[in-house]
Amino acid sequence: MSTAVLKIEGLGKAFREYGMEWRRMLGWFGRRFEPTSETWVLRGISFQVFAGESVGIVGQNGAGKSTLLKLVTGTLRPTEGTIGVAGRIAAILELGMGFNPDLTGRENARYTAGLMGMSPEQIETIIPAVEEFAEIGEYFDQPLRTYSSGMQVRVAFSVVTAVRPEILIIDEALSVGDAYFAHKSMARIREFRKQGTTLLFVSHDPGAIRSLCDRAILLERGKVLMDGGPSEVMDYYNALVAEKENATVEVRHLASGKAQTSSGTRDAVVETIGLFNASGEPVEFVNVGEPVELRVQARLHRAIPRLVFGYMIKDRLGQPVFGTNTHHTGQALDGLEAGQLVEYRMAFPMNIGPGSYSVSTALSSTETHLIDNYEWRDLALMFNVANQNRNLFVGTAWVPPIIEVRRQG
Amino acid sequence: MKLMLLAVWHYRHFIFTSIKNDLRTRFARSRLGATWAILQPLAQGAIYAIVFTRVLGAKLPDTNNKFAYAIYLLAGLAGWTLFSEVVTRCLTIFVDNASLLKKMVFPRICLPLIVSGSSLLNNLFLLAATIGIFIAVGDYPTWMWLWLPLLVAITLLFGLALGLILGVLNVFVRDVAQVMNIVLQLWFWLTPIVYAINILPGHFALVLRLNPMYAICSSYQQVLLWGNPPHFKTLGAIVLVSIVLLAAGMLLFRKASPDMVDVL
Repeated sequence: MSTAVLKIEGLGKAFREYGMEWRRMLGWFGRRFEPTSETWVLRGISFQVFAGESVGIVGQNGAGKSTLLKLVTGTLRPTEGTIGVAGRIAAILELGMGFNPDLTGRENARYTAGLMGMSPEQIETIIPAVEEFAEIGEYFDQPLRTYSSGMQVRVAFSVVTAVRPEILIIDEALSVGDAYFAHKSMARIREFRKQGTTLLFVSHDPGAIRSLCDRAILLERGKVLMDGGPSEVMDYYNALVAEKENATVEVRHLASGKAQTSSGTRDAVVETIGLFNASGEPVEFVNVGEPVELRVQARLHRAIPRLVFGYMIKDRLGQPVFGTNTHHTGQALDGLEAGQLVEYRMAFPMNIGPGSYSVSTALSSTETHLIDNYEWRDLALMFNVANQNRNLFVGTAWVPPIIEVRRQG
Repeated sequence: MKLMLLAVWHYRHFIFTSIKNDLRTRFARSRLGATWAILQPLAQGAIYAIVFTRVLGAKLPDTNNKFAYAIYLLAGLAGWTLFSEVVTRCLTIFVDNASLLKKMVFPRICLPLIVSGSSLLNNLFLLAATIGIFIAVGDYPTWMWLWLPLLVAITLLFGLALGLILGVLNVFVRDVAQVMNIVLQLWFWLTPIVYAINILPGHFALVLRLNPMYAICSSYQQVLLWGNPPHFKTLGAIVLVSIVLLAAGMLLFRKASPDMVDVL
């Protein structure tokens, strides 16, 4: 983690329109004209990525994520600023790789490998590996136009990652593939990371960002809005998505050093939240399988036609472990008045594995927080689960088996 | 410039494979496959031959071969086809490969080279078929035919130089391709391919001599039909012009490169 493999300084990209194209052309030869319109898709972007780091790029549509990846890859040239790259880059930008529909998978694989600058000998050595990894059987020798989009992704990913690059750039592509191949490609990416490959990854899938990245960068309108741990950034991003109208996103830094993000209109807020054991005492450390009760009190600041309370238990990486809401349990409340206090008690056995967990809460009018978001609070409560008296196990779920073992013969 | 050439050298295998792929896929789903590359210009020649000899009774001086007109026509067409194919395909090469240019980083100068290579191969097949026809109708090879490779090379150079400039411009102003389609048709008729230059009034013929394609096509005709050497002086001038155009094209290409993907 010492040397920067990617160094971006003051990067900006503008798409310029000229009333007459010859003005743009004269610009190449030193005679500059003012463009009639100029759209800065990215501006003032600076960050460094170190060897072996894995960075997720998140942001809403049009935030400039894909443009950033194209600039780093080199298909687009920056308008201002510099990009320093150490090492070979392999990139999967969007779908298809510019495959030729009339060529077979094998020929397209050779073609793409050639485009990447491989020598014929090198291509011959990687093709069997590509065929094996893509696992599309005899389709590999069929014209590409007979392929599904998932099969194209399989071939594209297999070729691009046939040789471990120093920097791997992936733009959404994997979201198209099927679950099996997604797992397989994630495994390969993890393997690369262990060997020191740096990953730059655009995805809308919070799960993928959280599990694959150790850092996330949030882009908003062409600027870096946040650069930090994936959980923190994803929480903030979620809040941002919910908060399109009145930006009331608030970040509080907890004593633990984590950032608590909350957002919403605050028409209803969580006043108290606590976790209690069977004898009614508040607890922070819970034994695996122990019965507990999560108690939440919500206060209304305005009359609300319908109130749904939801909560989600997340692991230390921010991956959801369990979540539900009172819409799904058929317990939404109607016609609430200002000042009212509502108490929710959720009793459940702590059937999750040892580790540190957090609870996020949501108060809204429907089952999603995207319509009327009264309050969304991440890291509203933290607790730890310890394995005090169970057989040793790993994982976030406590699924106790009855194991039968018989010697036969 | 040196970097560009180095990149091309590094990508030479890729260029060869792509030429092969290009030839295969262009006619991949038609039954006669690559034969069409030869059949099309030959059919065009046959149509002109029928229309002009039978209907208009066109005559050529200084020959006694009754197929002289057909030979004249096919010889000129062989040169013209190469030129117009290279220009037409270079014209849209960057636009056609937009998705590739947006997704992969590779020396973009490879694209016009691939097109030139594939057009050249196509043209060699056509030339072989044309020569076969010539021999069949009694126009036997002379030592002058050895000038053909030179003619092919000059035609290719001129077409590539012009095509590269137009191809780059077409990325930014798409009208270029539309205009060029018309210009090429006009250009074809302003080049003595289906007619002989001596049927034109004097001052008109004088202007026509400024057309580089006149020198190229008539050299093909001189070599293949009359067994005369090509017009070295004019061809030399064309080579010079082509080299200047090519240098200008490379410069334009280099300057335009950063903006290219932005507007694709």
